[in-house]
Amino acid sequence: MAATAESVLKPDFKSQRKHFIFTDEHEQLRESIRSFATKELAPHAEEWEETTFPDSVFRRMGELGFLGLDKPEQYGGQGGDYYSALVLAEEIGAANSGGLAMGLAVQTDMAMPPILKFGTEEQKREWAEPAIKGEKILCLGITEPDAGSDVSGIKTRAVRDGEDWVINGSKTYITNGHRADVIVLVTKTDPDAGYDGFTLFLVPMDSPGVIREKRLKKLGMHASDTALLAFQDVRVPDTAVLGAVGKGFYHIMWELQGERLIGAAGCVSGAQRCFEKTLQYANERKAFGREIGKFQVIRHKFAEMATKIESARQMVYVTAWRFNNGEYPVREISMAKLHAARVACEVADECIQIHGGAGYMVEYGVERVWRDMRLNRIGAGTDEIMLDVIGRSYGL
Amino acid sequence: MSLDPPFTSEHEELRESVRGFIERELAPHAQQWEEDRWFPDEVFAKMAAQGLLGLKYPERYGGQDGDYLHEAVLCEELARTGSGGTAAGIGAHVNIATPPIWKFGSEEQKQRYLVPAIRGESIGALGITEPGAGSDVAALSTRAERVDGGFVVNGEKTYITNGVRAQFIVTAVKTTAEGGHGGISFLIVDRGEGVESSKLSKLGWHASDTATISYQDVFVGEENLLGELHGGFKLIMANFQWERLAMALGAVGAMQIAYERTAEFARQRNAFGRPLSGHQAIRHKLADMATSVYTCRCVTYDALRRFVAGEDPLKEVTMAKLLTQRAAFELMDEALQIHGGAGYMREYWVERAARDARLGPIGGGSDEIMREILGRVLAL
Repeated sequence: MAATAESVLKPDFKSQRKHFIFTDEHEQLRESIRSFATKELAPHAEEWEETTFPDSVFRRMGELGFLGLDKPEQYGGQGGDYYSALVLAEEIGAANSGGLAMGLAVQTDMAMPPILKFGTEEQKREWAEPAIKGEKILCLGITEPDAGSDVSGIKTRAVRDGEDWVINGSKTYITNGHRADVIVLVTKTDPDAGYDGFTLFLVPMDSPGVIREKRLKKLGMHASDTALLAFQDVRVPDTAVLGAVGKGFYHIMWELQGERLIGAAGCVSGAQRCFEKTLQYANERKAFGREIGKFQVIRHKFAEMATKIESARQMVYVTAWRFNNGEYPVREISMAKLHAARVACEVADECIQIHGGAGYMVEYGVERVWRDMRLNRIGAGTDEIMLDVIGRSYGL
Repeated sequence: MSLDPPFTSEHEELRESVRGFIERELAPHAQQWEEDRWFPDEVFAKMAAQGLLGLKYPERYGGQDGDYLHEAVLCEELARTGSGGTAAGIGAHVNIATPPIWKFGSEEQKQRYLVPAIRGESIGALGITEPGAGSDVAALSTRAERVDGGFVVNGEKTYITNGVRAQFIVTAVKTTAEGGHGGISFLIVDRGEGVESSKLSKLGWHASDTATISYQDVFVGEENLLGELHGGFKLIMANFQWERLAMALGAVGAMQIAYERTAEFARQRNAFGRPLSGHQAIRHKLADMATSVYTCRCVTYDALRRFVAGEDPLKEVTMAKLLTQRAAFELMDEALQIHGGAGYMREYWVERAARDARLGPIGGGSDEIMREILGRVLAL
């Protein structure tokens, strides 16, 4: 609709502001994912906080084509663009389960991209294709008890033994670690080669010597399963190498870019939902004779939150646009991830505050968002690592 | 070590012994009690055996004949329990449920409630907040109807610490139809027929049995009216100052330990070839944390000194509450960040400390209410 004098003078705050990166098709996809998540996932969200979400969610989403939106058609994907992955990351928030969103993101945006990017035809057929169908579950193993942010400090060793490789070590904080069929595993293959001494492997989780040690209890993300894993003399054939021997560090740094951008999109969506829920509360709850939203301080809190969310959203969209156009915008991805994660935590915290005592109670669901969101400033590279990447990008 | 005024060497001796008791008797169980969503009632008896439930109360009621400074030591040291919920349960008993009885109760009420409370035989709770009245205390709607020989209470209280275990609940009720500032009274309600509690699930304070309590046609005898009829608002306001000071002291205690532990972690944990504390960004975070602890301690001790000296330090107490609760949470959040992935895991103390600290800016009067009070005190 063209702007007329009247429409310019009377802003329409209700209008849908579709961002230029999205087409009508994306909007339809948005609708269908949202409706699926609302109808089929959200009703179980509370229960899954206790039990973790069931594997059947993968199969169901595979059936619906949601696990391969931006993946090639030849492996069962929908062949869509990167924006369709972004739409999934945003709309899966309607499931009201941070842990579920994370478990899915590990499948679609963390473990699968390296298989499709660096894998052989056989590896793609063996793992990516069934993963897109939701019949196989993937996980990704980077962090170790003594090496988190410092990826180059990992100690899990893969050693050549004839035609095979033998792997020893441990990995921790592994999402999907208990349910996964295969792990994309970062190992050290040449301790003397520095950054050129790392190699990725696709290790079937039922291989002898793979031990799923324990379920880790966490601050939030209770619907996801998080594992401490041990690898004891795990023997895999040479065909288990993913990508190039000695190039694992660079492969994983590439993987992290997509993971961070998708994570940032999830933060924006989570913050937006929390904002809306709290807005409704502020319109209903009364104190000192009026709705609390009518107090200037509360009104300004909302204004501040909305501005922060919008800034994070624009960063994510524009960075996604660069990414989709074939750029490798590491600095901007790091900025978007840093900013969106902080915004999400700040918004969730402010939403608790606006809810007052109710915000501290499980019943209202805000405290869960707060707990879930807090991971984003740690996972996929901490705030401090993002700041380091950004700072170093200026030659500092 | 030099002493921080207003504390004397006598208080520091008490601090040593309280700390020893907490580290021996409470802290080792904190994790379990958090998992159980309950700390055992025997904790009160154990505390009482050490005289810790009556530090500020007169000897004739079984107290230690100390003053608020002795109590302040306990408030600060309770943070070493490592379980905000346990500290809150004990704190609710000594800092908010029993003080109104001590200050406003009749001799007979003190004998009946304060004496067994100090002995740890009877556990108390304070019931003010309602589903429809939190920050806006004057809006409470729990009603006490006058009947022969007493009152009949109907209504609902929520977010009540010790709400399941308490044997008596010091309850704010409306005694006039209009309620409001001039129509609120306090009744000591015994647990019994018509008093039902249901436990609430919370972000933190897991070991505490925070509850919603409903009162259905509960008869309360005349003798359980606490203070003057319709004079309840004064009673609420009277104890707020101490409650908020106690919260500030608790925050200072919790911040101190959190800083110490995080600094230790940063010295031990290696990344990129050196300890975390060897990275400038982390070192500066720790420097900020230490500064924050010191700031909060100074502001809180100043308010405490004025309070003990008999001033009416509304401004200083309100500022101390506002500053420390937000600062404590921010410090815990930073501690969590420095711990990285480990900070997000239950097996470390830090995620619990962050969850527990998050109540501070809400409980005992939210940050927004503190700022409203300051707005008035500062004549804005």
